[in-house]
Amino acid sequence: MPRVVLNGDDRALPEGATVADAVRETGAAPDGRGMAVALGGEVVPRGKWQVRELREGEQVEVLHAVQGG
Amino acid sequence: MKGPMPQGLEIAGRGFGSRLIIGTGGFRSLEAVGRAVAASGAEMATVAMRRVDPSTRGSLLGVLEEHGCFVLPNTAGCFTARDAVTTARLAREALGTEWVKLEVIGDDRTLLPDASELLEAAEELVADGFTVLPYTTDDPVLARRLEDAGCAAVMPLGSPIGSGQGILNPYNLRLIVEQARVPVILDAGIGTASDAALAMEAGCDGVLLASAIARAENSAAMGTAMRKAVEAGYEARRAGRIPRRLYGEASSPTEGVAELT
Repeated sequence: MPRVVLNGDDRALPEGATVADAVRETGAAPDGRGMAVALGGEVVPRGKWQVRELREGEQVEVLHAVQGG
Repeated sequence: MKGPMPQGLEIAGRGFGSRLIIGTGGFRSLEAVGRAVAASGAEMATVAMRRVDPSTRGSLLGVLEEHGCFVLPNTAGCFTARDAVTTARLAREALGTEWVKLEVIGDDRTLLPDASELLEAAEELVADGFTVLPYTTDDPVLARRLEDAGCAAVMPLGSPIGSGQGILNPYNLRLIVEQARVPVILDAGIGTASDAALAMEAGCDGVLLASAIARAENSAAMGTAMRKAVEAGYEARRAGRIPRRLYGEASSPTEGVAELT
């Protein structure tokens, strides 16, 4: 069970959990439209969400566009 | 002096019918964003990138799409070149755009840009294929360095973000306008319509503002005022103003005045 920091919160995810699972875990719409993910400060392209497994202690940021600027 | 400008704003080969760019921050609701965008006539709007919040209602992107607005993500909240570059790449991934309003803040009270981090981020993003619109100080030398780095526009501040102090250094702004070969967008500090008109009269190609509309008592009405101010300032600049004189100059004929005493 990898423990990760998902959008600032500690989370324990099932063994083999992927980036796509982390996105679902945030409660965001599952299609991921308008969203982007960074792992440890590096962008994970959408095409790799299903295959990239999360490792112990990784920092996951799931972002979308909000009012600003 | 620049040659005659096209009627609309053109940045990196893309045309916009309006010279007003609106920031979507600070509005009370998505409905208020929609009303203000419609009233302002803006065709480009900025958004920020933040952690997803499942409690969010409605779709900001949907509202902007509905009003035919081109979405310009920003890197607001970044204090280093590294964070700004990553945020721009996340925005590209999320929104499918290579355009970015590059913002790297160096001081959390004045919100003034960090010149060296900004330039470093601009160089990296240009090399990575981005169309970079940097929010910068009103320093003419930095503006030239950003242009030389390949930025598609330069966006000097009038005064600090949200301060509503207008254009504090018209001289610097004039120098930036005179030397720039890319569009100059006055970004930040606008308080009311006359500030926007002054920016355009000074020769700016456009104005980017958020708080002045979003935090006005009636944001839709201020959106209308800003649309008119940007248009009026642009027309006045093209019309060519009269010189300032120390003394008055009569506008009625000085000949043929009757002798009545």
